[in-house]
Amino acid sequence: MSKLLEIRGLRARIANGREVLKGIDLDVAAGEVHAIMGPNGAGKSTLSSVLAGKPGYEVTGGTVRYLGQDLLAMPADERAREGVFLAFQYPVEIPGVNNMYFLRAALNAGRRQRGQAELDAQQFLKAVRDRLKLLDIGDDLLRRAVNVGFSGGEKKRNEIFQMAMLEPKLAILDETDSGLDIDALRAVSDGVNRLRDPARAIVMITHYQRLLDYIVPDRVHVLADGRIVASGDKTFAAELERTGYAYLGDAA
Amino acid sequence: MSDSATANRPASNAPSTGLLEGIVQAEGYKYGFTTDVETEDAPPGLNEDTVRFISAKKGEPAWLLEWRLKAFRRWQTMAPPDWAKLDIAPIDYQAASYYSAPKAASGPKSLDEVDPELLKTYEKLGIPLGERAALAGVAVDAVFDSVSVATTFKDKLADLGIIFCSFGEAVREHPELVRRYLGSVVPQGDNFFAALNSAVFSDGSFVYVPAGIRCPMELSTYFRINAAKTGQFERTLLIADKGAYVSYLEGCTAPQRDENQLHAAVVELVALEDAEIKYATVQNWYPGDENGKGGIYNFVTKRGACRGARSKISWAQVETGSAITWKYPSCLLEGEGSTGAFYSVAITNNRQQADTGTKMIHIGRDTSSTVISKGISAGRGQNTYRGQVKVLSNADGARNYTQCDSLLIGKRCGAHTVPYIDVRHPGAKVEHEATTSKISEDQMFYCQQRGLTAEDALSLIVNGFCKEVLNELPMEFAVEAQKLLAVSLEGSVG
Repeated sequence: MSKLLEIRGLRARIANGREVLKGIDLDVAAGEVHAIMGPNGAGKSTLSSVLAGKPGYEVTGGTVRYLGQDLLAMPADERAREGVFLAFQYPVEIPGVNNMYFLRAALNAGRRQRGQAELDAQQFLKAVRDRLKLLDIGDDLLRRAVNVGFSGGEKKRNEIFQMAMLEPKLAILDETDSGLDIDALRAVSDGVNRLRDPARAIVMITHYQRLLDYIVPDRVHVLADGRIVASGDKTFAAELERTGYAYLGDAA
Repeated sequence: MSDSATANRPASNAPSTGLLEGIVQAEGYKYGFTTDVETEDAPPGLNEDTVRFISAKKGEPAWLLEWRLKAFRRWQTMAPPDWAKLDIAPIDYQAASYYSAPKAASGPKSLDEVDPELLKTYEKLGIPLGERAALAGVAVDAVFDSVSVATTFKDKLADLGIIFCSFGEAVREHPELVRRYLGSVVPQGDNFFAALNSAVFSDGSFVYVPAGIRCPMELSTYFRINAAKTGQFERTLLIADKGAYVSYLEGCTAPQRDENQLHAAVVELVALEDAEIKYATVQNWYPGDENGKGGIYNFVTKRGACRGARSKISWAQVETGSAITWKYPSCLLEGEGSTGAFYSVAITNNRQQADTGTKMIHIGRDTSSTVISKGISAGRGQNTYRGQVKVLSNADGARNYTQCDSLLIGKRCGAHTVPYIDVRHPGAKVEHEATTSKISEDQMFYCQQRGLTAEDALSLIVNGFCKEVLNELPMEFAVEAQKLLAVSLEGSVG
């Protein structure tokens, strides 16, 4: 399998603040699902923010290659149009902007970048219906403004729905399980599992082992104090479950 | 109460650096061209002879000349208002010319007689005239500098008894209506600019919708200032008789010039029993350049009187242009159960200043009013909402709801909210809500992470912010307004 994402010696800090990532090495191939676990403050969310190009972070060293391109040289919106998707831990509310309108604007921005024709209203609606069916979710979210008044579970489902519509090559799920009850967690996980694809890589970032019971990863990494300190296959997650992060010793 | 730029949402939403700071206008003002037509101008200066000159040029009856002179004498005793939060350089009222008319346009009988240069201008502006009017289903009265150029669809409207013509023509053809209602809502001495307009108004639009008639199409006036060093003083008078309904649209542009130009209009609306008037404006006068050079001074008095029981007047405005905007479209709620509404979006970018809002005067019983104001400030723009809600002592059951939201883009702009609430009836129900927020960097990043450019993201967020007001505009105007919002904010993301 070809390397979709190659991270080498990535160091980053919060702008004018402390260094959070202290040399990350990570390879992710198309078709793989990687889980990145670790205690609070280890740098998990910083890693997802830096990969997505969120302002307020400063890369101080290392490289990130995405499909052979220098990911860090691209502005955030270009990364998105090139197929990098971040499912937000805290999806943002945009009052007055209809969810469907937003999604169509996003989808067509990506299509323009790829030299494809924009979807008209009818084609777009068909795509929406297909994805709703695939993810087994109702259309109640579509008529509302983006994330406005959504429950925690609705926001996370909406993120996964957007992912289904935008069909990214690299999806980063940032603590997608946080704040979900068990039914919502199951629903969101089922959605992600249906979006597993040989052409798509998924990196999920989580604090909790329980997500991995629902989305079984190919590789599991432990992030502690800005470095990946341990990696393994899916059985490694079970081992972590027994031992906790304690065995990491000082690093945790 | 005054919200200032510092009264923001929680710090977590505040941009960390100057990402959203305005730098330069990327595309600039699209309507800044001039049209080369021969004009007949009044010499610069303002005295009684100027007033007589204008009145004579228009062949007006003696009563109207007297009315103008009375206004002029009143104006001479008045001083410009100084209470608005506007920084205005002194205006030399003697330096401007108060009348400019394209020569060939003194009374065209049909579109064929209109100067082709003028028609080209309107084509460039996207105004549906002639054949295009039929397709668009909009009846247009186009005012070019001081005279009304062509009024389309007149015959079709006449079949229903609807009068839609230039103000000058109304004076000739329907003097009894003009005489009855002119100045009945905005008296000559109402304020400095209204008095000036009353003295020197040149042309404008007149609408009368007879009792029980629902006007079947949107009526539209397009104002354009073309000539240099000319003030534009148009006068609009719109009367909806008992049970009538009319929706009226007004658009404005001007060429790009280095000197400031004066625009002081008066709009009067009269709604009789059970009548309804919707009045929408998209104001896109030249705003001046990024350093504040040039641009239109827009001092406008707009007021509607809900004279009859259950009558309704609604103002919707999108104010994106002008160097200075001073404008308070208002409603006098006289009739029992009458309703007033004001929906406004005002944008200031670069060095633009706007002081705009409304007055809702509750006079009759069971009157209600709604005010939704959205102010957007970018660059070094200063944006003030100034609104008055007044409930008189006989207005049993009066209700008002006011919502003022301000959005700040960047760190050098200002937003201010100045509500005046004057309630003289113990049973009145008056609500006021105000918010000030910054465009959050989180919102911008969320949109960009989904693939939208910074410009598209900003436009989307701003349009969402204005949604409640844009929803009140007729469809074709709403689309234009959305584009205009995007253009007005160009260059405000760095």
